[in-house]
This record gives sequence, structure tokens and C-alpha cells, in this order.
Amino acid sequence: MDYSHERREAPYIDYLSLEGVLLKEMICVGLRDDTVSILIGGEAGQGITRSGSLLGTALMRGGLSVFGTNEYPSLIRGGHNYYLLRASGREVYSQDSHVELVVALNKETSLIHQGELIPGGGIILDEELQFTKGELGRDDVKLYTVPLTTMAKELGGPEIVRNTIALGSVLALVGFDHTILKDVISETFKGRQELIEMNRKAVDMGYNYCRERYEGFSCHLEDGEGAPRRMMPTGDDAVALGAVQAGCKFYAAYPMTPASPILDYMAAHDAETGMAVIQTESEIAAINMVVGAGYAGLRAMTATSGGGFSLMTEALGFAAMTETPVVVNIGQRPGPSTGLATNTAQGDLLFAIHASQGEFPRIVVAPGDVEECFYITMEAFNLAERFQVPVIVLTDKYLAESHRSVEPFDPQRIPIDRGRLTVVDEWRGEEYGRYRITGDCVSPRLLPGTLNAVVQGNSNEHDELGYSTSSPGPVVAMMDKRLGKRRFIENEVASLEPVRAVGYEDAEVTLFGWGSTKGPAREALKLLSEAGVKAKFVQIVYLEPFPSEDVRRELARGGTNILFEGNATAQLGELIRLHTGYRFDHVGLRYDGRPFNPSDIRDRVMEALGR
Amino acid sequence: MSLKELDTGVQNTWCPGCGNFGILTAMKQAILQLGIPRERIVGVSGIGCHGKITDYIKVNGLHAIHGRVLPAATGVKLANHGLTVIGYAGDGDAFNIGLGHFAHAARRNVPIAYIVHDNMIYGLTTGQTSPTSRQGFKTKTTPRGAFEVPINPLTQALAAGASFVARGFAGEPKHLVELFKQAITHRGFAMVDVLQPCVTFNKVNTYEFYRQRVYRLEDGGHDAGDFEAAYRKALEWGERIPIGVFFREERPTYLEGFPALRDGPLAGRELKPDISGLVDEFR
Repeated sequence: MDYSHERREAPYIDYLSLEGVLLKEMICVGLRDDTVSILIGGEAGQGITRSGSLLGTALMRGGLSVFGTNEYPSLIRGGHNYYLLRASGREVYSQDSHVELVVALNKETSLIHQGELIPGGGIILDEELQFTKGELGRDDVKLYTVPLTTMAKELGGPEIVRNTIALGSVLALVGFDHTILKDVISETFKGRQELIEMNRKAVDMGYNYCRERYEGFSCHLEDGEGAPRRMMPTGDDAVALGAVQAGCKFYAAYPMTPASPILDYMAAHDAETGMAVIQTESEIAAINMVVGAGYAGLRAMTATSGGGFSLMTEALGFAAMTETPVVVNIGQRPGPSTGLATNTAQGDLLFAIHASQGEFPRIVVAPGDVEECFYITMEAFNLAERFQVPVIVLTDKYLAESHRSVEPFDPQRIPIDRGRLTVVDEWRGEEYGRYRITGDCVSPRLLPGTLNAVVQGNSNEHDELGYSTSSPGPVVAMMDKRLGKRRFIENEVASLEPVRAVGYEDAEVTLFGWGSTKGPAREALKLLSEAGVKAKFVQIVYLEPFPSEDVRRELARGGTNILFEGNATAQLGELIRLHTGYRFDHVGLRYDGRPFNPSDIRDRVMEALGR
Repeated sequence: MSLKELDTGVQNTWCPGCGNFGILTAMKQAILQLGIPRERIVGVSGIGCHGKITDYIKVNGLHAIHGRVLPAATGVKLANHGLTVIGYAGDGDAFNIGLGHFAHAARRNVPIAYIVHDNMIYGLTTGQTSPTSRQGFKTKTTPRGAFEVPINPLTQALAAGASFVARGFAGEPKHLVELFKQAITHRGFAMVDVLQPCVTFNKVNTYEFYRQRVYRLEDGGHDAGDFEAAYRKALEWGERIPIGVFFREERPTYLEGFPALRDGPLAGRELKPDISGLVDEFR
């Protein structure tokens, strides 16, 4: 293993951001901390997520940092559905377990979520719901009744206008400027004047109604400019944008939660991006098309969840054997089998690393937040082409579908590197062989269509020209050539910050994790700090090849190590044990389909510390 | 280019007398007669005896995995529609494991010539039943004779919306050359089901069996533009077995559904991505 290139002694620790970059001063009376959380709940089909992201956008425009996540059942109408929005004048990285305001579009929402309300918190609900305070198990929360249905009728709008009225009410109760929301509505529904007028009026009605009657939290935002044109994508949005910016020209996929939004996005923008986008008959078709397109010279990608990836495993080996660059995004959800179709999990790590028969090099990488979804997807295309291997980008439902306000992505940060792909009209030199053995094990790649070259991709074991062979000599030479790439991949990955850390340098406790655990863990560091515990979070970003040296170093820093994962068997723990021999004494696992809450992480750490 | 120049020099491992030789020779002839430069052709093959054909014709090749010839070939064609894409599949490849893809490639009308090497038996795995095995046909896995009604490649293709449907016979190479040429130049998805004797494992559907039965549709005045007539002809199997073009129609190909392909093939273009126009919707 060659780690001889220049190594840095943990300069990647992001000490500054622990205390939070302050975007804007937010002074609130009645909040538990410096954040405000709003939960909008109702039935599926009531436009919950849409309303949540509208409100989130308005708060972001007002200069706040915003995180929004949803939970919904696998059905289209009915069933309980909610969107949870958390905003603050400092950077927020996840939801937490408590909320200040619940917007109950149905009665069930109040009953399900009352336990999450802080003392002094409140529930906004429709006057028509016939709900009395006695039905709640709490007497320390307020009921803000608003005639949502009556007002919607007054406006002559559909039932969904109730949501907009409720959003106006929210802004009155938390004391935020409601004109920004009206602007967001005007932009969102651009060109549909009637809709704009109705919804703008709805905001005013809800706002004024509550302003006149109720006293809420009275948050006051310091006046001034809003945040500098931030954006609020989901992880899926960021993966899609990353693929576009990487020059992906072929996207084939079969709909599966939580990856479907990527397919929807690609299909909606195919003309602008110049990408061929196909909804295929199956995941098997999707990845085989991607291999075909990759062989013919395109940057190509598919995305799915664990079930779809199960179907893709044979063709993953096809990509590996033909040394065709492909990028596969797996948005994990709980299994086995159909599992919890619309929930989150981190249960496919070892599967992704080991999927498909035989031995071949691959890269498995797990972004932890929206920014990493963008930049790592771009990196994935470079790695796939440079090493002519499959690259798997692991996300999960929580990351894929949660919104977070971020600085605009920098499209120049990761320049496109197509490795050994040569686009020429005519090949000159010795007879072209698709699998020529080279010093770094990567063969020159030509487009089929190049004069004087026969480009032969072969799923059978083959010789340097690509023709099938079973002779022991060439067989071993080809295996060695493919597997020989690993050393070069390891070197490259080592330069991509495969392990990232945030928190106190002199931490007494180090949290280890991967993927979307990053957000709640970052928030937990702050909670721990408030509890007098100096902590650090170590995120393992590249999981195959495994950055053993970096991980070993972090493990050996002293203090208590504790592992957090969204699965039942501590799969990262298994990997760490395999590669370093280290066993964790303390583990926090969550496998009920929900993401970690920062306060759960804090509590588990305190338990491990015996405090 | 000569026939010899299309030879890869790779040792051929088909059984002497294998129907695949007729298909191989006919395909090389078709390529030569059409005058398509070798670098403009990509052959995509599946798994089975037929799959070796990409080792034996010196054009670009992609030897795919079992049953996935059509999705792989679709990926190649969409990536570079300037290339001529020829898919090769066995009857197991095409109508067992790959049947799902077949219907979709046909209804999409992807411009691919799809050659099915139909020997009604699993050869490379040494003699198991195939989806086109006739009822009662005894194999290692059907000791009492095949029970299932065989798949009819022609009616399948017609029902799925294939815009070119033909059947050839490996024992009539000249006729086969003509069918291949038409399939390759057809604008859209073109299937040629080739009756291919397996001299080792199929002792029923032999050269002699077919020679006694096949007749050319064109000799009987069949109208390939008539879907219903094509379907009736496709059902004919017994004392007389029709070969030739059953059905042909012109309709928009799959390529026309992609705005990205309007300015020519995607492969080989310089990448100049720019998301600046796409981010506003997230603000």
C-alpha cells in the first residue's frame, strides 16, 4: 500500500464551524435554543412537502440557515405525512427531536406530534377540526386555531390553499417578515397570475389573523441583506446537478424511492442538459444501457435503491470486466426486500462493497451532506473514467430527500478529467487493444468508430485485444491488470480527503460515522459542548478502497471512540475491524427507518461516558 | 475490404457443421455488400454458442452478459447513433432471460438489427430445453418431452411492435445475406429469427428437417406491409415453414424522442457542462 505521497496531519479538521457560522443575528423569546423548528403535518396528497419547502425558501431568503426533512408513507393519498423545518441564524445541519410549532392540517398530526413540542410551543390548526385542548396530553402548549377552511373558501381556492394560509400564520407566530414568502410564491408560480394572487392573499390572511389575536415567539431578525443567494436543494437535487456538471450525457433508471427524483429531474431538463434520459423497463436494463453508453464513450449514470441495485449486481461485474466507467447512485432505504419503502437506512454498505461475483476493483463513496452530494458525484465521474471502474455513490433516503440551504455550488472546483479516453478520428500506432497492459494498469480508451481501431469490450475473460481467452497466462495477466489498479486508486483516493473531521482537536470523545449521519453528528457536537464535553466527529467518506491509515490515526488519538450508524449490525464497524483490527466498545445504532436526532447522539455519548 | 479482412484470426470453436457458420458467413457478406466501414459497426452479443460471433468478425464488439444484448446495444446506439449496431442473441438469450427487454426494444423502435440464432436448444450448456423448443422435444431437462407451448419469435415481435420482422435459415446463406442487409439498413428495430441447426444437441430440427419445409415468402406474393397477413404467416409451422420478411413498416425511431440527439451523436463531443442556468429553481 503506497501512502508515500505528502500527508497532512489533520488540517482538514473544521474547528471554526463547530460553534456555527453566524449568518444573521436571530433573537427569539421563548425558544429553547437558537433555532426554530416547524412541523407541517397532514395526509399524503395535501401538499405537505411543497409547503414546507416554500416556507424553507422564504426563511432562507430572509437570511437564515434552513434544514428540512420529510417523512411519508408509501402511498399517494391519506396516511400520515409531515415535513419538519429547522431554521436558525447559525448554520443548521439537521432536524432535532423538539419543535416549536406544529401546523396540523389534520387532527392526527396534533395527536402524533404533541410530544415533540417544547413547553410553550404551539399547534396551528383549522377551526373546523373540532379539537379541544382536553384531547391533548399537554397543558403547556398553545392551540392557535385559524379558520383555514373558511378562509380558503373565501378566497375561492382549492383546499390546498389552506396550507398557504397556515404558512402565513406560522410567520406571524414566529415573528418573521411575511413579504418574503409572498415573493417566493410569485416566483414559484411565475406566469400563473391567478394562482399567485390567491396565494399571496392567503399569506396575508393567515398572517394578519394570527398577528391580531395571538402572541407567538416573537423572533426578531436583525434587519439587513438576506443571505447571498443561497440555494436549498435536496441530496438528490445535488447528485443530479453534480452529474450534469460532470458532463454526464446518459442517464437510465427505473423509478424507486428515494432515487426517483433524480430521474424526474433529468427527464425534465434533458433538452437543456443535452442528456439522453430513459426510464427503463427494469434496473437490469438501466445499468446494461449505462454500460453500453459508457463503452461507446459517454459519461453515464444510473441511480436506484438497494432493491434495484440487487438487480444490477451482475452488470456491475460486466462494467468491471469490460473496464467500462459507470457511476451508480444507491439511495439506501431499510431492507431486507421491500422493507420500509419510504424510510431511511445505512444498511447497504457491505453489500455495495461486495456486490457481484468475482474480484475486481471498485470505488464506494458516501457523501454526508448536500454539498458533498454535488462535489462527490463530480469526483465519481472523474474516478470512473480515470481508472475505468464502476463507482458507487451511496446516499440514503434521509440525505436524498432532505433540503438544506447551502452556498451556491462552485462548478469549477472539480475540473473534468476523462483519463485515458482519446477522441481521434484515426488510430495510429500498434494494433489497438482495448485491454493493453500499461504501467498503471489503465488502458488507452478509444471510441468505437475510430478508424484503424477495433474496440472490443468483452464480459468473458479476454486478451489485450479484447478477444475471449481461457489460457492461464493471459487470464492471470488480465486479473493482475484489473486488480493492479487498486494501488493507484488508493493513492488517488488518499488525496480526496477520504476521512474528514469536525470538532475539537483535543476532543475527549470521538464520534465515527459515514454518510448522512454527518448532519445530526455535527449538531450533536454543539449539544455536547454545551454539556461540557469536547467532542469530534470523524466521517469516513471513501469506504472502498478503505482509507485504513487515516482511520487508524483517528482511532488512536486517545479518548473515547463511539460509532454511530443507521443499521443494525454496525457495518462500518465491521469494515474498520477488518482493515485496522479495532473494535468499538461503544456503538449507537438506529434501524427503525428514521435518521438520528442530535439529542439522541448526545444522550448516547453521555451514557458511554458514564455521565 | 474483403471477407478475409473481416476475419479476426481467433480460433473458431463451434462444432463442425454448426448453423452458426451460416450466420457468420452471411453477416460478413452483408457487411461487405453494404460497404459499411468496419469501424462504423458495433456487434453486441450475448452468452451461449452464438455469443462467440463477436470474436469472429473484425468489427467493434461488446460481448455482453446473458440476456442483456438489447439494453447494452440500446446504450451504444443512443451514445453514438452514427454507428451501425447489430445485436446477436441465442434463443435462450432472446426469449428466456432477455424476453422482457425484447418487447421494450421493439416498442421503442431502437435502430438495431437483432439477429436471433434460434437452434431451439441450449447448446453451450450441453443440451437443455429452450423457450423455442417444440412441445414434446426431449432434452436433458425435459426427459418426458417439453411441456410448454414454445415462444413464437415472430408473433412476439409483431405483438411488441417491431417494425421489421423476418425469419431466415442458416442453410440458405444467400437468402440470409439479403435479410441481414435489409435488417441492418432498416430504420428502426429489426429482428431476424434465424433457424439454426444445432448438429450436436438437436437431432430433430436438422438441416434436412428445414430443407424439406422452408419456402420463401416472397415467392408466394406475401405483402410485408400487411400486419394481419404477417401475423397469419407467423403462425404457420409444420409441413411448410415460411422464411423471408414477414412485416415491415416505417415509423419514427426511438432516436427522435431525444432532444439531446438532434445535433448528432453524443459520443466524442467535448464536454462543456454548465449548471448556471439550472440552479435558480433551488433558490
